[in-house]
Amino acid sequence: MNLRDTLTLSLQTVVSYRTRSLLIVLAMALGVAAVVVLTALGDGARRYVVGQFSSLGTNLVFVLPGRAETSGGFPGAALGQTPRDLTLEDARFVGHLPQVRRLAPLNVGVAELTSGGRLREVTVLGSTAELLPIRHMKLSQGSFLAHGSERSAQIVLGSTLAREFFPDGEAVGRRIRLGDSRFLVSGVLAPQGEAMGFNSDEIALIPIDYAQELFNTQSLFRILIEARSRTDIEPARDAIRHLLKRRHDGEEDVTVITQDAILATFDRILRALTLGVAGIAAISLAVAGILVMNVMLVAVAQRTPEIGLLKALGAPAADIRRLFFAEALWLSLAGAAIGYALGNAGAWMIRLAYPQLPAWPPDWASVAGVATALLTGIVASLLPAARAARLDPVLALSGK
Amino acid sequence: MIRLSAITRVFRMGDQEVRALNSISIDIASGEYVSIMGPSGSGKSTLLNVIGLLDQPDSGRYELDGRDVTGLSETERARVRREKIGFVFQSFHLVPRLTAAENIALPLMLEGVAPTERKARVDAALDAFDLGDRARHRPAELSGGQRQRVAIARATILRPTALLADEPTGNLDHRIGAEVMELLEGLHHAGTTLIVVTHDRELGARAHRHIAMRDGEIVADEK
Repeated sequence: MNLRDTLTLSLQTVVSYRTRSLLIVLAMALGVAAVVVLTALGDGARRYVVGQFSSLGTNLVFVLPGRAETSGGFPGAALGQTPRDLTLEDARFVGHLPQVRRLAPLNVGVAELTSGGRLREVTVLGSTAELLPIRHMKLSQGSFLAHGSERSAQIVLGSTLAREFFPDGEAVGRRIRLGDSRFLVSGVLAPQGEAMGFNSDEIALIPIDYAQELFNTQSLFRILIEARSRTDIEPARDAIRHLLKRRHDGEEDVTVITQDAILATFDRILRALTLGVAGIAAISLAVAGILVMNVMLVAVAQRTPEIGLLKALGAPAADIRRLFFAEALWLSLAGAAIGYALGNAGAWMIRLAYPQLPAWPPDWASVAGVATALLTGIVASLLPAARAARLDPVLALSGK
Repeated sequence: MIRLSAITRVFRMGDQEVRALNSISIDIASGEYVSIMGPSGSGKSTLLNVIGLLDQPDSGRYELDGRDVTGLSETERARVRREKIGFVFQSFHLVPRLTAAENIALPLMLEGVAPTERKARVDAALDAFDLGDRARHRPAELSGGQRQRVAIARATILRPTALLADEPTGNLDHRIGAEVMELLEGLHHAGTTLIVVTHDRELGARAHRHIAMRDGEIVADEK
């Protein structure tokens, strides 16, 4: 029997056992759809996180006080020394490194913002004017620490704060109290929404000196550094580490991390997560494969007289094997195709429901899902097909 | 030309051996019309299955059209069945999913005949067996006589040299049975060897040669 007749005849069989075929196709389809949807979710989360993190800035290097590595205790700890502060002076020196385009020292704290009878606790960022370009923030009104005003009591409000405290929209030039000091509102941030769980619409920005005074600290929370180019990131990190080690009496008591390294870590973790989820979904495909095998075994038992007839008509064992094989192939093929469509529809609905989540199924997952479905279907049909082909024609004709 | 020499077929049922065929030797010439009769368990169906290469003897030699077919592989036997043998069964054995035309086309499909030629030959067979208006009906929509006619059309579509019928009228009433027999005898007149297994005396008597079996042995062979 030629290939075309084998495929036609087996398709006819699949179609005629409608309920049975529908159920098994459904099982297969759900498995494939699960792989597609879950990997779309996983990969969407990965892209979301990576995208958010990239939106923080480009070519960033962060300096944190203290050592984050866990290679033994801090060398000075045994002598009762505390880590040295990361100071504004340190930041000034780092700013002179050739690989550094610009930097922004950062202090973060919480303080009460009051004006016109309104009171609210807000997150306060103390920094310099450089923070805005480094963090890709934009002002919708006014300015922040324009040249010559570095030491004045200015404050920039996030867009939500500005709207809350000055509903008339005239925030710039007004006065507002932060903690115990009065500040002049010099600008309003453009709405940016949330990034990395941090809503820049609800923060207040003040000069670093005022922040250190407000929070009573000499130590910086971070130094944000933008390297000149992508290739300068690694040299910048090494130069910063070297410089601060020298300035801190030869002790490496700061942590220097690059945005790329963090990004790569996130990327790795979330990829692994996606892969794990895909693996779990693939188990349902294996179950569907066992279902195919069971259904095909039942089909062989059900159609024993028919197999006997085909043998009597002169069908060689190979033809009968191929017929059952093709039948399983049709079932898995339909399951894989419908599952792929279902999965993509599901991913589309997720994208509709959560527009910020780029839930596109990765290509490898779609290919792997469909391929696994076909493969399990094919493997599952081998045993039933072989059993059908081996049947004794005389016994098969009498239905035994 | 069918030549069986000392054919023995033994079945094991538990620890008991049943000799379904006990050293059977017969020659059936091309174009003969033979009936094989005998009580249940006499071995007549087994003999038919051996002749049709569905069953293999445990010992003995079987020559079909001058060729020793005793030791053929399963694939080769399938090929001989397809080309030389046509089966007609008591229960018709039509594929319920397929239409009358598709059932008749099955052997052509197995043989690998091209679709256009296949269609022409199936149409001719449908006309020859008076099934022209039943081509697209499924077996469930056909009467018993029509079903057996479809089965006979299927068995003869590849023009086999021998037509083997096992109780071909067993599931049909007397009048329809007689019509089916006339159809088979018509094929015999056209040159096909016709071997009918039955325990219906009247039916067996219509053949030109009568073989009687009992306990796996031929007890009478009369022309």
